[in-house]
Amino acid sequence: MLRKIVLFLIIAVCFLLQTTVFPALSFAGIAPNLMIIVVSAFGLMRGKKEGLVVGFFCGLLIDIFFGFYLGVYALLYMNVGYANGFLQKRFFPDDIKLPMIMIGASDIACNLVVYTVMFLMRARFQFPYYLRAVIIPEFVYTMVITIFMYIILLKINQRVEAYEKRRAKKFDL
Amino acid sequence: MKRFRSKKKKHISSKYLLMIMSIVCVLAMFVSLVFNIGGGPLHTVAGYVFVPMQQGINTSGIWISDKVHDFRTLGDVLEENRELKAKVDDLTTQLNKVMLDQYELENYRNLLDLDANYGEYDKVAAHVIASDAGNWFSSFTIDKGSKHGIKKGMNVIAGSGLVGIVTEVAPNFAKVRSIIDDSSNVSAMVLTTKDNFNVSGSLMSMNESKLLPFSELQDENDEVKLGDPVVTSYVSDQYQQGLLIGYIYEIRVNSNNLTKSGTIMPVVDFKHLQEVLVITEIKNTGEGELRSVQE
Repeated sequence: MLRKIVLFLIIAVCFLLQTTVFPALSFAGIAPNLMIIVVSAFGLMRGKKEGLVVGFFCGLLIDIFFGFYLGVYALLYMNVGYANGFLQKRFFPDDIKLPMIMIGASDIACNLVVYTVMFLMRARFQFPYYLRAVIIPEFVYTMVITIFMYIILLKINQRVEAYEKRRAKKFDL
Repeated sequence: MKRFRSKKKKHISSKYLLMIMSIVCVLAMFVSLVFNIGGGPLHTVAGYVFVPMQQGINTSGIWISDKVHDFRTLGDVLEENRELKAKVDDLTTQLNKVMLDQYELENYRNLLDLDANYGEYDKVAAHVIASDAGNWFSSFTIDKGSKHGIKKGMNVIAGSGLVGIVTEVAPNFAKVRSIIDDSSNVSAMVLTTKDNFNVSGSLMSMNESKLLPFSELQDENDEVKLGDPVVTSYVSDQYQQGLLIGYIYEIRVNSNNLTKSGTIMPVVDFKHLQEVLVITEIKNTGEGELRSVQE
């Protein structure tokens, strides 16, 4: 129960930040992608299933407020969360390299899909331009934010896990 | 810990969950595509949860940014003062600025009859509360929804020009697609010659030069000139007639030698939109009446 509340709060706060604060802090019209950090981090820390659920709800929020059709971003982010879950076994809390790599890769993968589906399909063929003007800047900005965000998310997750462990013990005895 | 996990695994394996949820997503896409409903009750719930928070953040954000802006401009003014004392050159720049202002004033004078046109429409003021979560498209949400009489298809303007169109409505918020959005298309018209053409949003052009590309302009006698005002056309089935989009910035002859394309300098500052006006009339294309006549 606590986990659900915490997850909801994290997703809500990140969504609000991303839609209100960060557009104002954007460099050259490019804002970082906080949602992908959350989805990817929870996929890594908690495995496929939770990554999938977090991804679904993050994507659904974007769909509701900004998407073309309901379910497009939900499907995309869900798969990102699920894919990150495969590396849970290799995940160690103190090692920031793997999360950085995975969050960066997720961001780029996501943007590539968005480009292919929403731009390439409408005959916008100048891929090098979009790579240079949108995908790479967003990747760099997201990486910078990740350094702070990841540590916060990790601490929150550790707290919740400790709480769950204590409760589980209580019930077992 | 291990036992804990094995207990959980009995639920549904993640593989099946992925499959089920994927099917749900695809179904949702299909339903919203076919029946043209975007969310329904989901919109309502999400609207009531997130819109108040976004409004709060925006109000405080605007207050803070105003204060920061004040501080920053104070520093700028001090610096400028020092520079002005040192440099006589600045006088020339100032002269240039005055000339620019005068040019603008002339333009505004020309547009006065256009302004009278605007007054005819009933408008509702709304605040921009959130902008698109990604960097690919430029849509935003406003804090007025169907409760306040906003409907899908209403035009949105800000200051002197066209901003976009309402694409989806929930009880307490509405989604607006701006005309600079990559998927946007507006039938426009040059005010001086009444030539119709097509203005399409483009991420690339907007990022590079803050200009809107246009195409399909038929102008055999080369009457359209740079700086001519461009307004929404009477043939548009989505936009009210006569809303100012911008001024022609560049004209090229297409390789077919029949049509021209080029760019428009939009009049609205899309980066700093805070308040917009929604025109509460939907363009009447006469389709409904036609149908009733046929019946």
